[in-house]
Amino acid sequence: MPEVIQSKPKEKKNIKIVKDATCTFCGCVCDDMELTVDLDEHRITKAKNACVLGRAWFYEHVLEDRPVVLIDGKEATLEEGMDTAAQILVDAKFPITYGLSDCTCEAQRVAVDIMDTINGNVDTTTSVCHGPSGMAFQGVGESTATLGEIRNRADLVIYWGGNPAESHPRHFTRYAVTPKGMYIPNGKKDRTVVLVDVRKTSSTPVADIFVQVKPGKDFEVLWALRALVKGKRISKDIEEQTGVSREMLDDLVYRMKNCQYGVLFLGMGLTMTRGRHFNSGAVYSLAADLNEFTHFVAKPVRGHGNVTGADNVVSWQTGYPFGVNFNRGYPRFNPGEFTTSDVLARGETDAAMIIASDPASNFSRRAIEHLAKIPVITMDTKETHTTKISKVRFAVATYGINTGGTVYRMDDVPISLRPAFDSPFPTDQEVLEGIRQRVKRLLTGSKARTAF
Amino acid sequence: MPSELKIVNGRVYDPANHINGDVQDICVRDGKIVDSVSKSVTKIDAHGMVVMPGAIDIHCHIAGPKVNLARKLMPEDHRLDVHPKTAVTRSGTGGIVPSTFATGYRYATMGYTTAMEAAVPPITARHVLEELDDTPVIDKGFYVLLGNNAFLYKLLKEGRKNEFKEAIAWWVNSVHAYTVKLVNTGSDELWKGRKNANITDVNESIDHYDITPVHVMESFIEAAHELGLPHPPHIHCNNLGHSGNISTTLDTMKAAQGRRVHMAHIQFHSFGGELNKNPVSGAREIIDYINDHENITADVGQVMFGKATAMTADAPLAWMLRNVKFDKWVNADTECESGCGIIPFSYQESIYTHTLQWAMGLELFLMSKDPWRVLLSTDHPNGGSFMNYPKLIKLLMDSAYRKEALKHLNQKAVDKTVLLELDREYTLNEIAIITRAGPARALGLMNKGHLGVGADADITVYTEEDDKEKMFNAPRYVIKDGITVINDHEFATDHKGKILHSKPGYNEEIAAEIEPFFEDYYSVRFSNYAISDDYLHDHEEIPTHPKS
Ligand code: SF4
Repeated sequence: MPEVIQSKPKEKKNIKIVKDATCTFCGCVCDDMELTVDLDEHRITKAKNACVLGRAWFYEHVLEDRPVVLIDGKEATLEEGMDTAAQILVDAKFPITYGLSDCTCEAQRVAVDIMDTINGNVDTTTSVCHGPSGMAFQGVGESTATLGEIRNRADLVIYWGGNPAESHPRHFTRYAVTPKGMYIPNGKKDRTVVLVDVRKTSSTPVADIFVQVKPGKDFEVLWALRALVKGKRISKDIEEQTGVSREMLDDLVYRMKNCQYGVLFLGMGLTMTRGRHFNSGAVYSLAADLNEFTHFVAKPVRGHGNVTGADNVVSWQTGYPFGVNFNRGYPRFNPGEFTTSDVLARGETDAAMIIASDPASNFSRRAIEHLAKIPVITMDTKETHTTKISKVRFAVATYGINTGGTVYRMDDVPISLRPAFDSPFPTDQEVLEGIRQRVKRLLTGSKARTAF
Repeated sequence: MPSELKIVNGRVYDPANHINGDVQDICVRDGKIVDSVSKSVTKIDAHGMVVMPGAIDIHCHIAGPKVNLARKLMPEDHRLDVHPKTAVTRSGTGGIVPSTFATGYRYATMGYTTAMEAAVPPITARHVLEELDDTPVIDKGFYVLLGNNAFLYKLLKEGRKNEFKEAIAWWVNSVHAYTVKLVNTGSDELWKGRKNANITDVNESIDHYDITPVHVMESFIEAAHELGLPHPPHIHCNNLGHSGNISTTLDTMKAAQGRRVHMAHIQFHSFGGELNKNPVSGAREIIDYINDHENITADVGQVMFGKATAMTADAPLAWMLRNVKFDKWVNADTECESGCGIIPFSYQESIYTHTLQWAMGLELFLMSKDPWRVLLSTDHPNGGSFMNYPKLIKLLMDSAYRKEALKHLNQKAVDKTVLLELDREYTLNEIAIITRAGPARALGLMNKGHLGVGADADITVYTEEDDKEKMFNAPRYVIKDGITVINDHEFATDHKGKILHSKPGYNEEIAAEIEPFFEDYYSVRFSNYAISDDYLHDHEEIPTHPKS
């Protein structure tokens, strides 16, 4: 793999170019970055092809002068940190781990193993973003596609409840709207783009058709579309109820049934508002129904760089995608019972290992209050509200910038990362492996936790 | 110190070495079978027991994106069948699509030490390797789906046979596959590009490519022959599940023109009768052809009553089943490479077609003249879980049991088969062939499926029982790479198996031909596509035998 070229241009700087590196800032996981790395200053000075968010992600990454480990706010060695973390986890009656969507699959696999070993609880940020889509999937399935297939074939592209221009800036240009594809020779000209949302956003200008839905009425619109697709009658006051006219619905139905290859992208505007998994389920069902007339797929627009990897790892190891509990020595799944925000809000857990996530800034007040009372272990690349309240805090290297490993794009396509420069900080995987080794040592022989 | 082991006093079934139930000792050193070991060696007394090589599943679906989608799809199935951890093994969930750990352990608890994942779109192969690394005990490899590959079609359209062969080799190398897999050849383009249409005739043109499925299959068989892949193209024929598909299956086998080919799950391709009418059994026609053609190997794809999951790269098939069952349904298109469909399913005794399929599978087994070439599978989980293998073995070994079972099935379907006339009972030696020696030979695994000197020390020891289901359900000992993983029915240790893959030689200039196609039509960069060796962990390259 010849992508790493070292050179010393005029100003005698030690510069490295990394081609085809991957940005892990959002679920687009663009793997066409060309990074210019200043090896003397340990930072990325140019990120060709990155969007504004990606550039910020790469440029802001500098090696801070911070201790690798803090225990109770005091500097400690990595070994001491791992010893203490392992002891906390082993001593706890109901230990949990949470986060995992911004680290590599290799790290995620170790984290699940630790929870399996200590009969703990594992949950990811999926439970607060597209968890409802995961539940809808369990109910009705999904017709889906990789993003390249959408690029090659989709002539009708519908975004529902999201603002990709701000959250996933290259979604339009790299995958679904403007690029030319095998059967879309003229790019955007060959596609019809529809945006459905409760308000106009910076994504609206990309749309050929904008459909404004009254807040909280997405499910009603989706269900009306399903009825119309199937030739059923719908209520006369649909416009009054939902803000969408009958003419608009008929037009959409016509377009959906008559396109060559249609796609519905669902955003968090559907999963985190009234209806939740019912909304996602309605999208999946609508897309499935449309296959009686044409080819149609649906796809959640996932946020974090490797949240899709977390879903995959937790699923292949346990059979369930998030909110998994090992208390009985085997995996059990129950959102609401084993999802972290609920476990914390009910005050059930007595130790938490938070990996690459900041629940102390975005969970409910009761959940945060409980988190502040229990020993917390954190692994993060930067200071967060959660690292500040943690008992053991590991400063770790940044995946994709300082580490290799595997991430999954929002369409389940796995990609290997190319690190840009070394970090003095350990990787999540190294810290987790150290903790796992210690936990297993503490629980050898008769101390091993078995099933009951 | 070398690790040694000796299994003494057991009745050994090792068909590849013509050992048929003789009492013999088996010596093991450092993971291999050897002639002799030191006197002080650890011994397993296998008196009253049957010793066989570890079993090999030549066709199953156990890892990767479609399997994981199916796992996510069925929490209701997992919660009924939990897989608790032990002091030495990880926990998981079972059901029709178990978690990775449960999959490895459960294969081991039936004496299986190798299994091949049968359908992997290349762009997702990284995922498959990650899952296989979390699938314990067994050795494993996978077949890469190339039969609907847009770039390869382009080469065939342009008549560039040599580049076609080189590109196949590039793909097998780039993703660390074992061999190539073709599924419902030609159908993807129609499915994705023509509003869910399907190929109905292997001699029809694949849309704008101006090539036919038969031509594609012939070309793969020829290229694999020249590359000398250890296992020939593994083909899932067109028209799966459609009445009258035997003509398609026969056309496909003829396309091999005497070259090696593996026909996957032939039961599903042995339907007689007329299209859109109830099927009848076409097992006789199919098995006669296979019996007469030594270039063909096949696995049966037996259906077993109870839960199953249609999980296939044949998306139109899953859609057809969805419109019968209206259950939750998954479709997943993979750019330029594949389709996929998943639907939970169950085979029921009272249903005509289900009974017919069950009986057709058994007809194929019982009318097969060469156990080395007609191998045991349920196309897990399509025909039922691999956990059904012991019951299937009993059905083959015990004609009274089989005839009793027939009484409880749909009699209209039973009447359409000759199963009542078939009294054949498989012997232990034949079982050892269809589950061990045969798959090893078909796969070109010289060190597996037998217990001769130099073979991998993958060994199963069963307590001999009259009830063969009971016997094959729970080996007393399972030895993997010379390590006693299951000792007296209990897991004694965890073990990681290895990845089996092949590396056909090719001219590296082909990469420059493929790269521009990636720029135009793929969503990942060409340089990020090939998978580094880091993902292989423990692995073994199985040699190819290229024809000069
Ligand atoms: S779209 Fe997302 S992954 Fe792509 S460059 Fe922007 S932030 Fe990075």
